[in-house]
Amino acid sequence: MIRFLLKGLLRDRSRSLFPILTVTAGVMATSLGHSWFNGALGGMITTTANFQTGYVKVMSRAYAELSDEMPNDLALVEVEALLDELENAYPEWQFTPRIHFGGLLDIPDEHGETRSQAPTMGFAVDLLNPDAGELKRLKINESIVRGRAPQQPNEILVADELARKLEVEPGQVATIISSTMNGSMAFFNFTVSGTVNFGILALDRGSIIADIRGARRALDMEDAAGEIVGFMPGDNYRDETAQALADDFNARYSYTEDQFSPTMVTLADQNGNRWILDMVGAMGSILVTIFIIVMSLVLWNSGLMGSLRRYGEIGVRLAIGESHGQIYRAMLLESVLIGIMGSIIGTAIGVSLGLWIQSHGIDIGSMMKESSIMMDNVIRTKVTTTTWYIGFIPGLLATFIGTAFAGIGIYRRQTASLFKELEV
Amino acid sequence: MKSTTQPLIELKNVVKRYPMGTTWFTALEAIDLTVEKGEFTGIVGPSGSGKTTLLNIIGSLDSPTEGSAQVLGHFIEKLSHKEAARLRNHHLGFIFQTYNLLPVYTVYENVEFPLLLLGLSNDERKKMVLDALEWVGLTDKMKSRPAQLSGGESQRVAIARAVVKKPELVLADEPTANLDAENSHHILKAMVRLNQELGTTYLFSTHDEKVIQYLRRKITLFDGKIASDDVMTPQGG
Repeated sequence: MIRFLLKGLLRDRSRSLFPILTVTAGVMATSLGHSWFNGALGGMITTTANFQTGYVKVMSRAYAELSDEMPNDLALVEVEALLDELENAYPEWQFTPRIHFGGLLDIPDEHGETRSQAPTMGFAVDLLNPDAGELKRLKINESIVRGRAPQQPNEILVADELARKLEVEPGQVATIISSTMNGSMAFFNFTVSGTVNFGILALDRGSIIADIRGARRALDMEDAAGEIVGFMPGDNYRDETAQALADDFNARYSYTEDQFSPTMVTLADQNGNRWILDMVGAMGSILVTIFIIVMSLVLWNSGLMGSLRRYGEIGVRLAIGESHGQIYRAMLLESVLIGIMGSIIGTAIGVSLGLWIQSHGIDIGSMMKESSIMMDNVIRTKVTTTTWYIGFIPGLLATFIGTAFAGIGIYRRQTASLFKELEV
Repeated sequence: MKSTTQPLIELKNVVKRYPMGTTWFTALEAIDLTVEKGEFTGIVGPSGSGKTTLLNIIGSLDSPTEGSAQVLGHFIEKLSHKEAARLRNHHLGFIFQTYNLLPVYTVYENVEFPLLLLGLSNDERKKMVLDALEWVGLTDKMKSRPAQLSGGESQRVAIARAVVKKPELVLADEPTANLDAENSHHILKAMVRLNQELGTTYLFSTHDEKVIQYLRRKITLFDGKIASDDVMTPQGG
């Protein structure tokens, strides 16, 4: 009987083409949407973690309260001891210190007078220790436009856009005018080792990247850091693991009220990231629910139209001796076959597009010009195992539900007037 | 449910009424009728005389308002929808005025369809379909679609579909109404032959003179009552 129904579906395009197209479109959108949100939101989380929040971040309690201002006068001290403590207590995690600072970047002429000047955001990380993993995490080498990565503590990278604006070349001197940890004025001469373009507008507009040793010298922050960021093994952020770590660490310092004692916060608890994380988690269910509802309504309508068109056929089948239930079940079986065909085609198209965008990416830089969101200018999808089957849920359920509603009319069909009806 | 009575069809005092506004319309009134196995019988009469209503009841598509209708030992008025469908599926064949073939299936598949419902094996189905197509002379058209057939050929496919499972009773509602004289005779001769070779009972609803000349028994209905019940000498066969 399945072969018989399949033949009918394949030969009668009006019975199969529209439902299959509907299912294909919905399944493709679900599958592509899933990989898109996985990639775009997941990428946003990874970028945010790598450049800003870490998976966990240790700060002084006072710094944490004003973290938006990045107040280095409230920075952590005795950082080396704290790093040792973290690495001993949580050996599977990787911790590294960072300093954020603001100031003026002054480019002197050959006489030492200001040639050009601009405000800048400084970002100091451990660039010289390959074990810290920052070169890879921040994709420093891939982002260099001119010159090279710093090899000395007094070398910096300048955002390429800023460097062009200030007309500074690799090898030239750039002076940072900022404030020390103790509140006095800081002047420090760095050598520009290269220029970078991260593809993240929030950074590319006017930042400099320094090695943390150089920044410590410039800002009088020996053995201090604004924050220590921690990364768990693997690519994906797992909130439960991060939260367990933060709870355990914070419990160690629960005995003190000292505002300079360290506190640990998770990625989710910084910058309103929990909403994005919840969104990523819920997106699969949201997409599936939306497409089940929309496709069910469309397929219900198409099922009703199909029932009208097949009025004669259903009448003959009732007369020949099929029961209402048998015809209803046969229609549901047809819908499952349509659902399977549409889901296979839709998934194939959706996953193919997803893989293409995963490989090539879509540049949204022009849309992000005024944005300060920490995300790549090039959005990539991320095709996971779930992407391969998530479309089948709305694909099969919607055709089944749509047909189940549309087919109820079969039970209202009276056999008593079949001869009259079939005379037409 | 099963009785021990012998006739293929036995109607006793069958009445069929339909609601019509606040009153009732009586389509059949006190019908007593017995049809034996192997008959080639026609129910004739003008439009509105109750021919199709009677065929509906005998075909278990409808049930009488009063009286008893026994077909192949089953009391129609006591059958559930499912039991009625089962009776039609296993024992009855239907031929419609407008053929009602399934357009997306081939001739072979249209004839095969009732056998699929019976759950027969592929080999059994193949043999029975080829036999049925041979009876109606359409073996060479088995791969054609209904749209590629003439009216006469389509009706012969409908006959093959009705007789393929070798039912005890075939009910035909105006089977020649859409056919020209030549095709009508062709069809009727095929049915006469199947009646004689397979012993299948045929019951027609018709007012076509061409059909009437093939009948061996003619039951005339008028205003829902049997006006006459005549034994005929077939002229067409």
